[in-house]
Amino acid sequence: MREINLVINGSDVQATVADRLLLSDFIRDDQRLTGTHVGCEHGYCGSCTVLLDGASVRSCLTLAVQTDGHVIETVESLAVGADLHPIQEAFRSNHGLQCGFCTPGLLMTTLELARENRDCSRDEIRERLAGNLCRCTGYHQIVDAVQAVLRTGLSR
Amino acid sequence: MSVLIPATLAQALSALDDAPSSMVLAGGTDAMVEINGGHRRPDSVIAVGRLAELRTWTHDVISATLRIGAAVTYAELEADQFRRWVPALSQAARTVGSPQIRHAATLGGNVATCSPAGDGLPALSALDAIVHLVSITGQRSVPFAEFMVGPKRTSLRPGELIEAITVPVFAGWQGYAKVGVRNAMVISNAGACLAVDDEGGVRLALGSVGPTIIRCSQAEAFAATVVDHGQRAVSEADAVEFGRVAASEARPIDDHRSTADYRRHAIAVLSRRLLRRAFPNG
Repeated sequence: MREINLVINGSDVQATVADRLLLSDFIRDDQRLTGTHVGCEHGYCGSCTVLLDGASVRSCLTLAVQTDGHVIETVESLAVGADLHPIQEAFRSNHGLQCGFCTPGLLMTTLELARENRDCSRDEIRERLAGNLCRCTGYHQIVDAVQAVLRTGLSR
Repeated sequence: MSVLIPATLAQALSALDDAPSSMVLAGGTDAMVEINGGHRRPDSVIAVGRLAELRTWTHDVISATLRIGAAVTYAELEADQFRRWVPALSQAARTVGSPQIRHAATLGGNVATCSPAGDGLPALSALDAIVHLVSITGQRSVPFAEFMVGPKRTSLRPGELIEAITVPVFAGWQGYAKVGVRNAMVISNAGACLAVDDEGGVRLALGSVGPTIIRCSQAEAFAATVVDHGQRAVSEADAVEFGRVAASEARPIDDHRSTADYRRHAIAVLSRRLLRRAFPNG
């Protein structure tokens, strides 16, 4: 067990964790931020994607102790109460989700892309989202949603 | 399982000297999958992915070489300057996993895992990369061809860590191509890297079709007799023959991901295409 200090969604967090604890389990079980989903624990599905110092990573392939001194953003950082984030609103209005299991990972991957503040072709969007599996939508509406948010920007 | 996150390379080497059986963790995109799946249960882990000494690179203009720290990530290798210096390695970087994987996965980790399907490895073979190893007692440098001795088997000694990889910066064309079931998150079923060196030699290295990365000495010798550097030309018939010779040098097997026949066919096609991309005229 060891003490770690990190920032999660803008708040300072101090916790004592086992060395073996995955970041995904730390976020969900210890921090009770259950928006981050764990699909495969193989690094394959992308549902557990969070931002580590602004870069999208697999929280299931990261140990909690490795985030000591770093900044984590999860899907809970997006909405303010009932007020959806522009990315969430774009996914809603473009029907970019059905069951919703993969959605938190896709939203965080999209947030990273949207912060680059540039338009992308649909092919480029698909390449950027290639690490996030969705078994419902067929991806078309997800690409629509991402394209919409890249055009309108992140301001609320 | 205990995890050490050393602050300096010296600390990491000292810890590795104390416990040589420790698992060295870099980006974790292979190692953590094995830990999560219960395939490896290390007592102690040394996480080196954020060591500043391993996160640097140096471009030496005089010697036309690039020394890449072992913990430089594939996301970094995708970037513009690497695309200019080592296009094949940069292209290979772009085919690794997905953006999230590339943010974590490191070149040194790929070299240490040393899977025949490691996407960075055909480029290192074609470029005759040098692997720099360091331990508490000293340093040594090993050609990549001597570092990789079998599938996931290396000549790394107990207590040694991969510090950096040096590759030449060539002026000629180079590229990497692979075949898999989809573009992202795929382990390649066959891969090939072609590079034209500064003496005009055509180099070809194959991945996923043998116990190690395979350098195609016969295909390379054949290319030397048929390509026209001045015109950047090769005939289609010679390119087809180049592919056939390369395929004959592959040593693929049947496994759960593909068959030996398909892999051999894929190598013929990829090698032919790469040669035609390097010599598009004629």
